[in-house]
Amino acid sequence: MKTILLSVAVLGALGALFGAILAFAAKIFHVEVDPRQEAVRECLAGANCGGCGYPGCDGYAAAVAKGEAPTNRCVAGGAEAAAKIAEIMGVSAGAAEKMVAFVPCSGTTGHAEMRFNYSGPVDCRAAMLFGGKSNKTCTFACIGLGNCTRACQFDAIHIVDGVAKVDRSKCVGCGSCADACPKSIIQLIPESQKIMPACGNKDKGAKVMKMCDFGCIGCMKCQRECPADAIVVKDNLAVVDVTKCVQCGHCADICPRHIINYFG
Amino acid sequence: MLTNIISISLGAILVNNFIFSQFLGCCPFLGCSSKVETATGMGLAVVFVMGLASAICWVIDTYILIPLGLDFLETLAFILVIASLVQFVEMFLKKMIPSLYSALGIYLPLITTNCAVLGVVLLNVQNHYNFIESVVYGITGGLGFMLAIVLFASVRERVDFSEYPECFEGFPICLVSAGLLALAFMGFSGMKIF
Repeated sequence: MKTILLSVAVLGALGALFGAILAFAAKIFHVEVDPRQEAVRECLAGANCGGCGYPGCDGYAAAVAKGEAPTNRCVAGGAEAAAKIAEIMGVSAGAAEKMVAFVPCSGTTGHAEMRFNYSGPVDCRAAMLFGGKSNKTCTFACIGLGNCTRACQFDAIHIVDGVAKVDRSKCVGCGSCADACPKSIIQLIPESQKIMPACGNKDKGAKVMKMCDFGCIGCMKCQRECPADAIVVKDNLAVVDVTKCVQCGHCADICPRHIINYFG
Repeated sequence: MLTNIISISLGAILVNNFIFSQFLGCCPFLGCSSKVETATGMGLAVVFVMGLASAICWVIDTYILIPLGLDFLETLAFILVIASLVQFVEMFLKKMIPSLYSALGIYLPLITTNCAVLGVVLLNVQNHYNFIESVVYGITGGLGFMLAIVLFASVRERVDFSEYPECFEGFPICLVSAGLLALAFMGFSGMKIF
């Protein structure tokens, strides 16, 4: 009987002692967290995509609450989140133009000449180790082994016919795919931009003709016919100036290689 | 004394490695080992908590439980100590050393229920270690855990890029590689230094 009482007393005392120490410590070591930080965190998309340049949503929320970060950095949350955060912080929101990823390559299977038949690990970086810079003859082409697909947390980019294709309705413009692409070909373009030439090859026209059915040959037809002088051929490649483009879609209609995408 | 400490350290790190020969702490070993970076964080946190827990549990055992003849309560009392210790350390780090907290923070709560920590304090009692030996055994046991988990994380990173039968995808290949790694550590078994 004595042992039972003693053990109850000792464990009870130990428990009470530790409980008291913890309660006391919680007071002493209490860290003041800016209440705005939690409010800001609530507004964010919560995908921890890192598109803002801070380590996760919590990191960004802390930086905003300290006043070190602008309120419109959350690309996934978009203008809506920016407005809410601005309200919490009591500043006006700079409009965050929503960006989407774009893959400037149209060299689908059967249309782009293959340099070799690759059957190693499914990884673009691994494929680049063999015989040059790509499994396709075109060194500017999408390798199509899906490093971007695996990097995307929003299921917005997929390999279709050997080329990465972005689902613009799902893309939030965080740029994870652009970082993951070992060829660094994925660009972020404003969502409002409807016209984009889907080729990145800077070789001369005759060479491009041999390599790919859908390569820009630098014929300059788009440059001549553009009503707003917004499309220019530079280094044998058509490039759109998004500040001048009026989104008329004329270049997409006249391109003899049918590579200018029009997202209507 | 010094030879004793050296033999305890080498024993805890290599010969009686907590994971590979005592099979304690296997859940964080499998769960936190997909990346070398997280494995290192987890390992450091375990070293830290094991060292502290050994010291405090030794004091409680020697000055409270044994004099009162309550040594059968050791397991219970030690769990209480470890749980509150981890909580306390978490609060302390958050306030005093925020940089260490941001490095170890997310791993600390996971350690509360790590059986390697409870194992080390119970083994201290079983082996009748004195205070210094207990602390040394705690810290080196943690280092052994860290060695194992970091090695295993590197193996897993390589396994991701190698070819193996599809039916082994995921957890099975992870267990197979853990077994092979444990076999390598069998080489140390039975070794006596002094």
